[in-house]
Amino acid sequence: MKKKPNKRDYSPWMFLAPYIIFFTTFIIIPVAAAILLSFTYFNAIETPTFIGLSNYVGLITQDEVFMQKILPNTLTFALIVGPGGYILSFILAWALAQVPKRMRTVLALIIYSPSMTAGVAMAVVWTIIFSGDETGYLNSLLLTMGVLLEPIQWLQSPEYLMKIMIFVTLWGSMGVGFLAMLSGVLNINTEIYEAGYIDGINNRFQEIIYITIPSMKPQMLFGAVMAVVGTFQAGAIGVALSGANPTPQYAGQLMVNHLEDYGFIRYEMGYAAAISVVLLIVVYLFSKVAWRLFGEKD
Amino acid sequence: MSAFQGTRMNPSKFHRSQLKFLAFLIPLAIFMALPIVYIFFHAFKPIDELFAYPPRFFVENPTLQNFVDLFTKTNDTGVPMSRFLFNSVVITLIVVVLTVIISTMAGYALSKKNFRMKKAIFEINTLALMFVPAAVMIPRYLLIDELGLINTFLVHILPLLAMPIGLFLVKQFIDQIPDELLEAARLDGASDFQIFVRIIIPLVKPAIATIAILSFQLVWNSVESSSLYVNDEGLKTFSFYMSTLTSTVEGNNVAGQGLAAAASLIMFVPNLIIFIILQSQVMNTMAHSGIK
Repeated sequence: MKKKPNKRDYSPWMFLAPYIIFFTTFIIIPVAAAILLSFTYFNAIETPTFIGLSNYVGLITQDEVFMQKILPNTLTFALIVGPGGYILSFILAWALAQVPKRMRTVLALIIYSPSMTAGVAMAVVWTIIFSGDETGYLNSLLLTMGVLLEPIQWLQSPEYLMKIMIFVTLWGSMGVGFLAMLSGVLNINTEIYEAGYIDGINNRFQEIIYITIPSMKPQMLFGAVMAVVGTFQAGAIGVALSGANPTPQYAGQLMVNHLEDYGFIRYEMGYAAAISVVLLIVVYLFSKVAWRLFGEKD
Repeated sequence: MSAFQGTRMNPSKFHRSQLKFLAFLIPLAIFMALPIVYIFFHAFKPIDELFAYPPRFFVENPTLQNFVDLFTKTNDTGVPMSRFLFNSVVITLIVVVLTVIISTMAGYALSKKNFRMKKAIFEINTLALMFVPAAVMIPRYLLIDELGLINTFLVHILPLLAMPIGLFLVKQFIDQIPDELLEAARLDGASDFQIFVRIIIPLVKPAIATIAILSFQLVWNSVESSSLYVNDEGLKTFSFYMSTLTSTVEGNNVAGQGLAAAASLIMFVPNLIIFIILQSQVMNTMAHSGIK
């Protein structure tokens, strides 16, 4: 039997090293740098100059587009798509658990498949469906049915763009969170249900509230965090659909787009960094809420 | 009273009572599948059907012309399509394999080893789950520039190797392996490395399948590195090329439509295949991935 040498054990670090190197380089350092840059004026050519909180002050007090369009857009989008997609995932996972295995596998695969279509492939399909002239599928359908007399510029119209973005994102939102919930529902011990019925549960709704959800808290939490993150990452969709950044009249402009607009189109890197810090804080706060709701006490 | 009917969860066979679920699941599934089915049909449409009025959903005279065009087309700077596809395949393979290895190794250390900072590292990793890459695009760009990775092949690979969600899943999974098993192996004289390869990896295959799928989807669909970090056309990826086909400038012209249709199918199919192959494993993993 081999005895461990008495000196310090470095083996954990050997296993951890590759991960830590990449994690620090490509995640930790950029986040730290974003925070630092957000206090500077930086145009990507000259060295950054320290300007304190000006970027943040400007963002809150002077950037009319940010306060009037971006923030409300982002919140509307996040509040509908996040919880909406989340609740939909749960309902679907729960309903799928009630049908036999083979049928379930096929249905689950179909429902999951939209989240596999890359943003780009998604844009191909949806831009054709919502295309602004009469060859767009939706326009064509509505014209034939007599609902419309003139084709509508779905993707260029401020009125519809946001609604279409929400619709498309919800369609593709049954991702990993959904799979987690599905396996969560399936893995609940049936004896718990039996006990529940003995204790007086007498309908499916009570069953869901008192047994199903509490028994799959980890998966619900995982799904919630994925929903929050996914929602804020879905920012590219408006630009992909309308084909322009900024989107027409800022109708579908989200924080991620605003960030790209300032960072990569106007080269105001310091300002863009301030936007990214605000975005990180927002995502963090929303995830905290999810943690509160579903995490087992800290 | 007859046998407990209870919840009828996870039923083994079909029963009339399931009809009400199917009544809403099947139409919904069909609805969700429509755009996907459309991707398939669209790719095989000849030019006149792509622009037919009224537009058609189904293809009438399927043709492979779009694929032929796509592969024989070279872009403005003379890079053939197959080059982009080759780049994508190589990059994806390398990233998936390395991500799996790196996450599993880290997961093993975080789960089964005792050392200072173990908790802190896992905590930071959990925080990083919420990390939105778009939020730190700029510093990331500067960093990558600083490291001299601009315009290299590696820039497609290195930034994607640390996957917080991968580590998270695999660590939770390794937690379920009893310590006694590792102790027994150690008594038999197995080294750390042997334990990792012979015990940990086989036992966490489902978690590995999940990471593989997630990282596959991430890399294969990613356009970020090509559009931000690479100027050399010959080093760009297929997904990036695909996104240029769909952009408003090129995508609206007549030739672009057919190419984009074929390209979007090529983008989608590998995702589907990988998922189908690994799906039973995935379902298995998720149940164990509890956040404690």
